[in-house]
Amino acid sequence: MFVELNNLLNTTPDTAEQGKLTLLCDAKTDGSFLVHHFLSFYLKANCKVCFVALIQSFSHYSIVGQKLGVSLTMARERGQLVFLEGLKSAVDIVFQAQKEPHPLQFLREANAGNLKPLFEFVREALKPVDSGEAQWTYPVLLVDDLSVLLSLGMGAVAVLDFIHYCRATVCWELKGNMVVLVHDSGDAEDEENDILLNGLSHQSHLILRAEGLATGFCRDVHGQLRILWRRPSQPTVHRDQSFTYQYKIQDKSVSFFAKGMSPAVL
Amino acid sequence: MTPSEGARAGTGRELEMLDSLLALGGLVLLRDSVEWEGRSLLKALVKKSALCGEQVHILGCEVSEEEFREGFDSDINNRLVYHDFFRDPLNWSKTEEAFPGGPLGALRAMCKRTDPVPVTIALDSLSWLLLRLPCTTLCQALHAVSHQDSCPGDSSSVGKVSVLGLLHEELHGPGPMGALSNLAQTEVTLGGTMGQASAHILCRRPRQCPTDQTQWFSILPDFSLDLQEGPSVESQPYSDPHIPPVDPTTHLTFNLHLSKKEREARDSLILPFQFSSEKQQALLRPRPGQATSHIFYEPDAYDDLDQEDPDDDLDI
Repeated sequence: MFVELNNLLNTTPDTAEQGKLTLLCDAKTDGSFLVHHFLSFYLKANCKVCFVALIQSFSHYSIVGQKLGVSLTMARERGQLVFLEGLKSAVDIVFQAQKEPHPLQFLREANAGNLKPLFEFVREALKPVDSGEAQWTYPVLLVDDLSVLLSLGMGAVAVLDFIHYCRATVCWELKGNMVVLVHDSGDAEDEENDILLNGLSHQSHLILRAEGLATGFCRDVHGQLRILWRRPSQPTVHRDQSFTYQYKIQDKSVSFFAKGMSPAVL
Repeated sequence: MTPSEGARAGTGRELEMLDSLLALGGLVLLRDSVEWEGRSLLKALVKKSALCGEQVHILGCEVSEEEFREGFDSDINNRLVYHDFFRDPLNWSKTEEAFPGGPLGALRAMCKRTDPVPVTIALDSLSWLLLRLPCTTLCQALHAVSHQDSCPGDSSSVGKVSVLGLLHEELHGPGPMGALSNLAQTEVTLGGTMGQASAHILCRRPRQCPTDQTQWFSILPDFSLDLQEGPSVESQPYSDPHIPPVDPTTHLTFNLHLSKKEREARDSLILPFQFSSEKQQALLRPRPGQATSHIFYEPDAYDDLDQEDPDDDLDI
């Protein structure tokens, strides 16, 4: 996890709020550093994490996780991390006969209407185990990313329904958190993606938006991050506050600074 | 005006805004966006209706019942009839708990009332319904629910119905938005600037011109309304009055001004493609020695001046 980002969000692994949906979106840049941040953040917070990883392989996240101080392999072995490797599972479901419903069942079906099997996988992964003592603090669902589900043929409303059910189970029933990544197509007129992004924005408590700089690529400033708090729980915090910071991604950390205050230009 | 009079006037205006939104009845659209959310205003209206003694039904699809009831005291919470469609709206758990017919069935069931008590129905949210139901079906159901009190049959026995619909503007195209707009008696569009929220209220009273007004407000933690004057429009000029303004046109390496002679020369210039009278005369009276134009052509050895087959490719 990136300590500077924790400072900006005013949170630590021990004091994070529960029952919240965080939306990550990126426009004209790669926002996956935020996914790595939250993955390591919640593993360090001793949460049970279900990671639906549709974009990269397990080893990719594992290598980045090691740089951030968490071992995904060990987390998976001790049962803290349930990892759905989309790339590998997709091959299995297409080339092998499945006896029981598979979370990515919609890849086989021509007119898959909904993502109910995927939701049932998540619910099964995060349901509390009756082992007597509570081993993990609270459950967390991480999805990287939802836009690829649209590319695979699901409608925006079907993905919104999936997130709705996940919210009802993970955030409300189990008092856990959710972090999902959606790409913003920007100028490309992708109506389904816009419906998905706007629909999720209305349901989120926190929106982190990584944008490329309007002026183009820069070696010292990789982009800017907009932080929008919606529905804050404390009444003293102004509703719908928004902040913008610029950032530079380094090997093991990300440094944030106010706009125009990059150390390279000062 | 003493402070107490000012306070009374303030609450008078607050009641006026919420009253005006609820007084007309029918469909009230609350259009919000990601930056300016409308659920707090919806809850403020729900609280006002409950305090007025109306029957209040909530169709909760987007947030959990706990989250919706948060902030209301127990007096108001006891008056709310909550229909929960958040936990399992699509009946994925395959239990019989879900209301048969889903949210649409619940909405249609509210058409069959016979009470004289005025009723407020809050839809949280109308966008949720609009994304999953055909627009025409939803509009018909909304029309039936919100116009119960204007049916010619037993209009005296059914009380006034207000339907408050929370609509997220970015999610829908102009077609469905226009259809709902036409159905609505009142439309409230939420916006704001510089951290201050505003509501643009458009009322369509029957047999009168539609009225619109913009009201700046903020919602307190107990969901009562606090009306405000709006952000101050004066912005301080940043220039320091002690430093004289610098003239940027000094020390230029090129000339920005024209002298009188240069100006005259520029004005008397004839543009090359301008059709002036001299040019017209020159064209009408051709110069001698240029009567007609001739084309001199000597045919090559290979030329075949056959008018019927100039390309010489017909195979006749």
